Amino acid sequence: MSIVIYAESSEGKIKKVAFELASYAKKIANSLETSVTAVTINCSNTSELSKYGVSKVVKVNNDKLANFNAKAYADVLKQAAQKEGSKVVVLSSTTDSLYLAPLVSIGLEAGLASNVVGLPISTSPFQVKRTAFSNKAFNITEIATDIKVLSISKNSFGLVENSTSLTEEDFNPSLNDADFSVKVESVEKSSGKVTIADADVVVSGGRGMKGPENWGMLEELASVLGAATACSKPVSDIGWRPHSEHVGQTGKPVATNLYIAIGISGAIQHIAGINSSKVKLVINTDPEAPFFKVADYGIVGDAFDVVPRLTQKLKEFKAQNS
Amino acid sequence: MKILVCISHVPDTTSKINFVNGDSEFDTNGVQYVINPNDEFGLTRAIWFQEQQGATVTVVNVGGADTEPTLRKALAIGANEAIRVNENPTDGFFVAKQLAEVVKAGGYDLVICGKESLDYNGGMVPGMVAGLLNYNFVNSCTELTIDGNSAKAAREIDGGKEIISAGLPLIIGGQKGLVEEKDLRIPNMRGIMTARTKVLTILEPVGADNQTKIVKFEKPAAKSAVKLFTSDDIDGLVNALHNEAKVI
Repeated sequence: MSIVIYAESSEGKIKKVAFELASYAKKIANSLETSVTAVTINCSNTSELSKYGVSKVVKVNNDKLANFNAKAYADVLKQAAQKEGSKVVVLSSTTDSLYLAPLVSIGLEAGLASNVVGLPISTSPFQVKRTAFSNKAFNITEIATDIKVLSISKNSFGLVENSTSLTEEDFNPSLNDADFSVKVESVEKSSGKVTIADADVVVSGGRGMKGPENWGMLEELASVLGAATACSKPVSDIGWRPHSEHVGQTGKPVATNLYIAIGISGAIQHIAGINSSKVKLVINTDPEAPFFKVADYGIVGDAFDVVPRLTQKLKEFKAQNS
Repeated sequence: MKILVCISHVPDTTSKINFVNGDSEFDTNGVQYVINPNDEFGLTRAIWFQEQQGATVTVVNVGGADTEPTLRKALAIGANEAIRVNENPTDGFFVAKQLAEVVKAGGYDLVICGKESLDYNGGMVPGMVAGLLNYNFVNSCTELTIDGNSAKAAREIDGGKEIISAGLPLIIGGQKGLVEEKDLRIPNMRGIMTARTKVLTILEPVGADNQTKIVKFEKPAAKSAVKLFTSDDIDGLVNALHNEAKVI
């Protein structure tokens, strides 16, 4: 009956999103008088999950699962959820988990709600709030099936510590060849860089930066904040920055704690992609830039003047507060 | 090669989002509809397969008669024929069931959907179709080539990409990258004229229970106005980010 979460890991380490899922699931588990079980795949060190309310870890270790494979991973989660008799399965909104969610949903004949932004409004009937219309609205969705699958919007719940005693169990799900019919040939990943998906802060530049040679100051600001760098669509279209940094409706979505937009006017498509970020800071010379309408904080000023001074101040601030 | 491109009929990005009937329904009044952008990248890639590799391209939508102009637009862009499953859907699972039926009946080798639609942002239909049919599935697909019976694809991952190989039949959850924005096609006059005479088949839906229902819609609370700092008051800004917003 426990609530099952998929605790993603990277290079043997549990990802932060998994702690958010655990915190979230623990709250539901309390109201349903049950506990939280985390499923991990090829992850040795899982003890930190207990800090966020997980009381059991189902560990799957299998060399065949070394690379992410949606069909096989979905099969693992399905079997683990069935073994636990789980009625609620909670996933994150990483690219991998978004890939898995509909497969798990079909496997368990469970209704799926994605982009969920809060605890269930009610558990009987089971209703959750989710975003729709590119963050311009919410809807309350009721899941009618016996088993429910939720994918939780990143940073919508946060981390809540809840120390629990933990048991661990090895699990060998039965996998068949058909699970591996989609093959990963190679993975290209920049190492050592904060990714937009994982970052708590994103520093994003637009055409107001005037040219690719000026990105150094954004990278410096980003490095002080431990942030990822991103850019608007025109910037990636003209080739100042790689497409992988393009955020917005047709680019990567951003749901970060702090989004800093520098020299970006704020086209509606851009806003749609970043609007679920908690706090938006806009630096722009044009006081009429539409971005100021959705921003929390702003400076009307020239990036070339403001950004280096902001970086300097933040450096001093970090030195004092670390 | 038979390709099916699943088309979602969605409000244009600039549309005002409002609700009617006690916030239970989307207000379609004055809304311009378009082909869902993620689907449009897939459609253009499908037309490329048609022109370069002799594929036939069918487009499909699950929706009422009001969605036909969107299907006609897809025909004008170059699809060979269209199918409309005649039901206004309210649940992603229901749509996936209908599409799975169409795929089975038509024996398609390749099914290209957008990874998510701009209206409900569920991101579930392509994966559910794949799950229902037990077909190979690549989501967040940014590159796709087909050689005989096998496909090579790139998938966007957090911080990079994966190169994937898979046999047909294959379901794709596509996005920008399948083609670039500059390569998207605008229907020309000849395309629009020939689209009028292309076949648009109307199918009645197969029975399927909804797994979810939308109880009601809400609009985000009105945002408070931006707090502006002068460019001389960086201290004030840093202080607000730390003490008020608590994000640094």
